[in-house]
Amino acid sequence: MSSLNKKQGDTSSDQRPNASDEDALVVRDLTKRYGETVALDGVDLTVSDGEFVSVVGPSGCGKSTLLRVLSGLEERFDGRAAVDGEDVRDGGSDGVGMVFQEPRLLPWADVSENVAVGLPADVDADDPKAATRIDDLIETVGLSGFEDHRPGGLSGGMAQRVSLARGLAYDPAVLLLDEPFSALDQLTKYEQQDNLLDVWEARETTIVLVTHDIEEAAYLSDRVVVLGGQPGRVVETIDVDVARPREQTDDELVAVRERITDALGV
Amino acid sequence: MATTGRTYTIGGTGLPNVERFRWLLGLVVPAALVVIWHLSVTVGIFAPHQLPEPLRVVTTFYGMAVSGELWGHIAITIQRVFLGVIIGVAVGIVFGTLTGYYRLASDLFDPLFQSMKNIPSLAWVPLFLLWFGIGESAKVLLIAVGAFFPVYLNLSTGIAGVSEDLLEVAAVYDLGRIEELRRVILPAALPSLLVGIRGGVGLAWMFVVAAELIAASQGIGFLLSDGRTLSRPDIIIGSILLFAFLGNLSDLGVKEVEKRVVTQ
Ligand SMILES: Nc1ncnc2c1ncn2[C@@H]1O[C@H](COP(=O)(O)OP(=O)(O)OP(=O)(O)O)[C@@H](O)[C@H]1O
Ligand SMILES: [Mg+2]
Repeated sequence: MSSLNKKQGDTSSDQRPNASDEDALVVRDLTKRYGETVALDGVDLTVSDGEFVSVVGPSGCGKSTLLRVLSGLEERFDGRAAVDGEDVRDGGSDGVGMVFQEPRLLPWADVSENVAVGLPADVDADDPKAATRIDDLIETVGLSGFEDHRPGGLSGGMAQRVSLARGLAYDPAVLLLDEPFSALDQLTKYEQQDNLLDVWEARETTIVLVTHDIEEAAYLSDRVVVLGGQPGRVVETIDVDVARPREQTDDELVAVRERITDALGV
Repeated sequence: MATTGRTYTIGGTGLPNVERFRWLLGLVVPAALVVIWHLSVTVGIFAPHQLPEPLRVVTTFYGMAVSGELWGHIAITIQRVFLGVIIGVAVGIVFGTLTGYYRLASDLFDPLFQSMKNIPSLAWVPLFLLWFGIGESAKVLLIAVGAFFPVYLNLSTGIAGVSEDLLEVAAVYDLGRIEELRRVILPAALPSLLVGIRGGVGLAWMFVVAAELIAASQGIGFLLSDGRTLSRPDIIIGSILLFAFLGNLSDLGVKEVEKRVVTQ
């Protein structure tokens, strides 16, 4: 994905909060309630700079809630959640980007404009370089030719990829992805997984990915956090010590998948 | 958009496309009424000094049009409505945006506007005459008051009702207040704004009558009251029809804009 890498170069390296020996994400004893519902109960999680962590768990165990807390959308919770040492409620979430579980596209804007929403504030949207970057991202997610289509005319999988491109346009230090490939066919899913790995390696992004797909979690991650619920708790953390680049069929990955499956209690 | 509307003709190819001419049906009842009107005057059910023949109305106004007198009245009325709508809509957009966007502005202003919106147009007239004299500004401002409320109310609720999901997108991608307003909130509230403008234009026509009936020496509303003073029902009915025509025309105009801007 050379198209992705070339644009950034100079500007964004200094945007990235410089915290080499500080952990990118620290969650301590996080408890989040919605009224009576306890969505998360005493969750601990540490993600170091540039690490790729997946979160798996049954539906309703609080995976989306965890990402919402980390991205600064939840004002009220108990415990600590910090990005590069700064509490997410005090601006710690500024360098965090999120791809929502739903596409959440602007229905009146076309695909290009929707992707451009992700451009960081210091990028001038009228700059031809910005336009090129948007086009490159749209190409990366396989939607060339749909630049001026409205979301209403897109399939679910296409809308999800627009949302993914918007998240990538933001080029954050910490990228949170909530089941970003759930609506894609197997082949497109593999392509987009590899594309995400390319971006992650090139940009040294810290990634937390929520997924239901055990194969995906094993293939992509340095570490897999298994949540059980509800209320959501960390059941097990599984290190994926498998050399990259990996093959989906690697024996070691198969073993990891079994461990995840066991932890989920499927 | 990938989906374009397609018209399917029902029935065989032999039939003319009946659907296209359906709107003509709407003319049947008014035409019948005009005929009944004409007959009831000629037969003597109504005295001509109370209800003139339809043709009298037409000839009277044709005469006024030829002499040039009519155009002055129409022009000044349209000018008042136009200026009043511009001012009312502009102020409505400002307050609607503020109260829709800022909780504090809403707490401060909304109760006041909500309770003022039901004041009948005529009630304002004496006050505006007192404040602004009988000049143009009194009338234009009165019309602006009329146009303001629908715009304010619709935009304010429209903005307050923008999908929380999209606002969260704006928050996560750090759009900032201005960009959030420009790229998310205003486009989302645009349909409500246009509904408000349509209502505002409608009310502007109501208010222009109020203003011109009471304090004007020109305008269609003045023609109305002049027709009463002169006992000329033809002028009164003609003026009413003129208001109906202009009101519909402006409504069609706004509807057309609405159709073009809201393309979803
Ligand atoms: N805004 C909310 N108000 C009330 N309850 C909520 C809200 N958001 C989430 N919850 C509850 O919190 C719990 C966790 O929800 P969450 O969306 O985080 O689950 P999830 O793990 O992402 O599930 P899924 O895999 O289906 O997306 C659920 O019981 C849900 O009902
Ligand atoms: Mg979820």
